[in-house]
Amino acid sequence: MKQRRNPSKLSIREAAWGYLFILPVVLGLAIFYMVPSAASLFLSFTAWDGMSSPVFNGIDNFAQLAADGKFTRSLLNTLLYTIATVPLSIAFAVILAVLLNQKIKGMVLYRTLYFIPVITMPIAVGMVWKWLYNSEFGLINFVLGTLHLPQPNWLFDEKFALFSIVIVSVWTSIGYNAVILLSGLQGISASYYEAASLDGAGTLYRFFRITLPLLTPSLFFVLVMSFINSFQVFDLVFIMMGQQSSLLDSTRTVVYNIWEDGFKYFNMGYASAQAFILFIIILVITAFQMYFQKRWVHYQ
Amino acid sequence: MTSSASNKASRIAVHILLIAGAVLMIMPFLWMLSTSFKSFADSMKVPPALFPAEWHFENYSKVLETIDFARYYGNTLLITVSRTAGQLLLCSLAAYSFASLKFPGKNIIFLAMLAVLMVPSQVVMIPSFVIMRELDWLDTFYVLIIPGIFSAFGTFLLRQFFMTLPKDLEEAAKIDGCSYFRIYWNIYLPLSKSALVSLAIFTILASWNELLWPLIMTSSEDMRVLSIGISTFQGQHSTDYPLLMAGAVMATLPIIILFIFLQRYFIEGIAMNGIKA
Repeated sequence: MKQRRNPSKLSIREAAWGYLFILPVVLGLAIFYMVPSAASLFLSFTAWDGMSSPVFNGIDNFAQLAADGKFTRSLLNTLLYTIATVPLSIAFAVILAVLLNQKIKGMVLYRTLYFIPVITMPIAVGMVWKWLYNSEFGLINFVLGTLHLPQPNWLFDEKFALFSIVIVSVWTSIGYNAVILLSGLQGISASYYEAASLDGAGTLYRFFRITLPLLTPSLFFVLVMSFINSFQVFDLVFIMMGQQSSLLDSTRTVVYNIWEDGFKYFNMGYASAQAFILFIIILVITAFQMYFQKRWVHYQ
Repeated sequence: MTSSASNKASRIAVHILLIAGAVLMIMPFLWMLSTSFKSFADSMKVPPALFPAEWHFENYSKVLETIDFARYYGNTLLITVSRTAGQLLLCSLAAYSFASLKFPGKNIIFLAMLAVLMVPSQVVMIPSFVIMRELDWLDTFYVLIIPGIFSAFGTFLLRQFFMTLPKDLEEAAKIDGCSYFRIYWNIYLPLSKSALVSLAIFTILASWNELLWPLIMTSSEDMRVLSIGISTFQGQHSTDYPLLMAGAVMATLPIIILFIFLQRYFIEGIAMNGIKA
């Protein structure tokens, strides 16, 4: 009972262990994440080749970015990419989650098949799709040809290149979004449906009046995460367009531009400024979504 | 139509839709697999054939001879295993402390940690490069392993799980005079297997598939990871798709097998992630 008599000693001991246990993670996060984040903000206001000391240049980077055609193009592409990818992926994911939520056999197998694109190495995904898109030997145009449909030159046509990447992104993200939505669906109490069927409500009525409103918390999470991920797209562009492609400008995204300016041309201050702008855009969009969620998200 | 008959019809409709979707989802894989066994000439045939004319199993051994695939594999495995083990240990320790111990400033430190989650990785990429250069870690295993051990996401995930555990076992252990470390080790960890496996899977997936970080932080052949190895492979053999596909199959297969075995935890982990919102 020694401990009871000496609570202050005990709580000091508890605090000491408490600090000790969090120390490695906190220290690591500080060195590898917090310090670099702060440094990035500072570097945005400098001209820097990555070697000599950074030279403070005020808002020069930002002024220059406003007139940089490549950067504005990358912003526009990223925006188009996001606007196309997010709704398509979520719409398919909702349909898939509803189908998977039926009491049917083979659910585990279906879930596995739909989830495989999510776990595959992006490099492998990018390469196999590049091959599928190939205008001469690719499977997609062969199928389109036999159906007497137009056969675009997917990745090598300015009008289709970005959309080709959107298709692949949607394909890889449906499974992930569907699993989150599925867990949301499974959290909806059966009593709502029982009450509705007593009232003689049809399938569509039940979907739009019960399922969809009660799914909104999961939908909200999926929407926020999809936006954040879409704004950071890099891997697919890097692997599918290659670095030489003359059409790169039509698929250039912000992160691709950051990588190119920072690590190919070593304009690191300039690249930091772009990363900072991207961060602000994501922050503002996420904040907007948080703000407007009360208009459409219903918590049970 | 009776209600059971209409039920049956709707179940069949659901299956048809799901199968059609599943075919679209795995078609690229089947195509990757099929191409990986074709001869070079066969892969360029018009119209493309679903199955190889002859099965060229030697494509796989050719990949191993052409690029140093074994090394990329070994590197990726080492990085993935070390990062996963490190994260499980350090994140769970910190998560236990955040969930169960009392110390001044706990909430503020926890909030600061959550702020890390909101910064996109590209923002830290450039200063990280400089820090790694100053540490002389560029192009070493340190840069590929150590920063990846510290995870705000992992600590948050485990802390949320630990918060849901009942406190009575812990109280009893305290009265018996158990040390905090033993409570963590003998009570918290064994009760949290599913959460730990979920975190492990997320970490494995992220480490195995990572591209941008190793691309920036390493340059020598010795330090290459699978995703980079394959991407350079594409440059060297821009038209030899059968070899490329064989490499892609070999790089992807371990993760797919792991997923099939652990898929319950995958799904639980993702569902848990969704709930926290």
